[in-house]
Amino acid sequence: MRPTTRRILAAATGLALLAAVPACADDAKQAAENVPGVTDTEIVIGTHQPLTGPAAPGYSKISAATKAYFEHVNSKGGVNGRKIVYKVMDDGYNPANTENVVRKLVLDDKVFALLGGLGTPTHTNVLEFVKTQKVPDLFVSSGSRNWNQPDKYPTTFGWQPDYTVEGKILATWVKQQFPGAKVCHFGQNDDFGRDSLAGVEKVLGPVAAKQTYTTTNQQVGPAIGALKAAGCQVVISASIPGFTALAMGQAAGQGFRAQWVVSNVGADYTTLSNQLGDKKVILEGMVADNYLPMVGDTANPWIQEFTKIHQKYNSANPIDGNAIYGYSMAYTFVQALLAAGKDPTREKLVEAVQKGGFRGPGLTPFRYSDDVHAGYSGVRLNKVQNGAQAYFGPTYTTDDGDAAVTEFTEAPATPPADAIPTT
Amino acid sequence: MTATRPSARSGVDRPAGPSPLRRLLPGAPAAAGPRGSTLLRHLAGAVLAGTLVVLLTNQLAPYQNLQVARVCAFLCVTAGYTVLVGLNGQLSLGHGALMATGAYTVALVQRAFDERGVQGRWILPLSLLAAVAATALAGLVIGLAAARLRGPYLAGVTLAVATLVPAISTIFTGVFNGEQGLRFPAETPPAFLGAYFQPERWLAWIALLAALLTVLLLANLVRSRFGRSLRAVRDDEVAARLAGIHVARTQVLAFVVSAGCAGLGGGVYAVLTATVAPGKFPLELSLFLLMAIVIGGLGSLAGAVWGAVLLVALQDLPSLLTETFSLPSGLAQRLEGNLALAVFGLILIVVMLAAPGGLHGAVRTLAARLRARRRAH
Repeated sequence: MRPTTRRILAAATGLALLAAVPACADDAKQAAENVPGVTDTEIVIGTHQPLTGPAAPGYSKISAATKAYFEHVNSKGGVNGRKIVYKVMDDGYNPANTENVVRKLVLDDKVFALLGGLGTPTHTNVLEFVKTQKVPDLFVSSGSRNWNQPDKYPTTFGWQPDYTVEGKILATWVKQQFPGAKVCHFGQNDDFGRDSLAGVEKVLGPVAAKQTYTTTNQQVGPAIGALKAAGCQVVISASIPGFTALAMGQAAGQGFRAQWVVSNVGADYTTLSNQLGDKKVILEGMVADNYLPMVGDTANPWIQEFTKIHQKYNSANPIDGNAIYGYSMAYTFVQALLAAGKDPTREKLVEAVQKGGFRGPGLTPFRYSDDVHAGYSGVRLNKVQNGAQAYFGPTYTTDDGDAAVTEFTEAPATPPADAIPTT
Repeated sequence: MTATRPSARSGVDRPAGPSPLRRLLPGAPAAAGPRGSTLLRHLAGAVLAGTLVVLLTNQLAPYQNLQVARVCAFLCVTAGYTVLVGLNGQLSLGHGALMATGAYTVALVQRAFDERGVQGRWILPLSLLAAVAATALAGLVIGLAAARLRGPYLAGVTLAVATLVPAISTIFTGVFNGEQGLRFPAETPPAFLGAYFQPERWLAWIALLAALLTVLLLANLVRSRFGRSLRAVRDDEVAARLAGIHVARTQVLAFVVSAGCAGLGGGVYAVLTATVAPGKFPLELSLFLLMAIVIGGLGSLAGAVWGAVLLVALQDLPSLLTETFSLPSGLAQRLEGNLALAVFGLILIVVMLAAPGGLHGAVRTLAARLRARRRAH
């Protein structure tokens, strides 16, 4: 062996020995550190949102509204004297990007909690990580049943009604209005579509035909053609806005006339008519569901309050169902944060949500409890008529199991001053 | 073109001497250069580099450790890739797909054990080995086609492979779970490291081990007889054949080796997040990989390191930029989607104009110039 080689080898061995003495004594100290993301003046929370990509039309407006609501709250002194900092990261509705940005938010930006991470396929893949980091993962913007697994994911909570709850209620209406009709299902090729189909089939039994789409492929023509060939009279659709527009556009193009019954996540009239442009007339007669005040209902006190905030902090964006969604969810979060007390910790926040009892813009109560992490318990149907989307009929509630679909008659809450909760 | 087609004229192109891969073994006579044992020297270098990085990971915050881990995972890929493109002259645009093959193999193997309730530390190395084997097999198939194709035709075929990944994962939804992808149990640090051991540091170590092993093996490989065959085939196939090199076999082997490295890298990349989804391996990834090794310095393993660092740095660049400068939301949104590609393209143009040898070539030239100046004084 040459001397140089020997010298390098010796140095390497020495370094290896050094490295074997692990410098991890400071880890215990790090673990006992203060609550991440909370200072005397600030609370930093984060989210992943599709600001670009296939789900951006419509959904990119949600985080803008949430942010605007927090600006409004901050301008009135924040929550218990702390201003809310809302970090929005773009994941393009791509599950792989979601992993990156959520790790960055939690590990690098050290957020206190995640709020309203958007999407079923995207958020599903970060559940394990969120659990190991013990980050409160509040109000996931999706109706997948995945968020309602307190045993497996104790810090994750849903917010909107499950797709199964929605599917059951939509199917119940279809059963009443179209007895004996051929009912079909069109859905996203992931848990979103599958959960919806499960709810529909719980009420109607097996559907006449079912087709799926994937978000990376804009070709929905063949799937719609198959539904037409199956002679569907009613199509229940679990699709994001871009694909609702594509599917209904294709159906119109193929001369396929059926009653479209669309999940609320893909049925916002403002978003859809923007996508369809001068073809928006095909949306006439579309039936969908919702659980928040309708944006067109200008007499509603919540809509009035949210419109004021919108004009002040978010006027660059249109006020639509997505904006109302963002405002309402932010409102619930402020309620949860207040309930977590003057010195919030991650544990206190989770306990506060489990205790539940929040009332806000929603038409039905939340289902939160120690062993249920699901959000709103029901929906009301709406219909597009003469270019406006409006509610009709009663409000229904149910659960994602075998409970019956029942009418809910309690009147919705009225907003507090400035639409900022006080308790 | 007859000279380049793999033919059965065994008399001409049977390699003289033992299998080229035997040169990987320690103490191979041809590997002993004028500066002592190549393997020992590389081993010492690897231990040194590894130790430095391990020392570094002890000082880093979790997210930075995750970035180190990502660099190491990409290094497995870029190192193997640069051997194929730079040393053997075969252009593949499908290495993103090969990474996906490795990643999905790891996911499927780990899930298979998890579903049967089997647990153990050995599952990770086993699944990574399976990933290397599966990708090497895929590489063999593509390589056999590659040995019959040249230049743009080869690039076209491998490009098709790269575009197939999302399609396959959504067609066979039952196995691959479409765009939502597969989850498998997350890798946790062993108990003896203490309850507060950073999980990200453990991941960085796993990735580091894989990268060091890859680079060590490749460093020996390129200095062996097989490495010289690779270069000979790249420079002049006819001359190589006249010198007794089996051209087609060399090309196929280069593809297999390179694919195996990509599989290992893809597998490690999957382990870092305990998930795989087709969105992780889009067509752009294959193009990014090529740009990375070209910018880093084609054909040198040091260049591959530059490339891997660049790949990870550019992933975080858009959010960093939009966060640092509070841009109007419309512009920020447009940037988020395209900035990495634009910056990569820009760097590629600048590097190609200023330093055709890539970043590594530039560093070497600079060092040589400095040394010359010192000697002149």
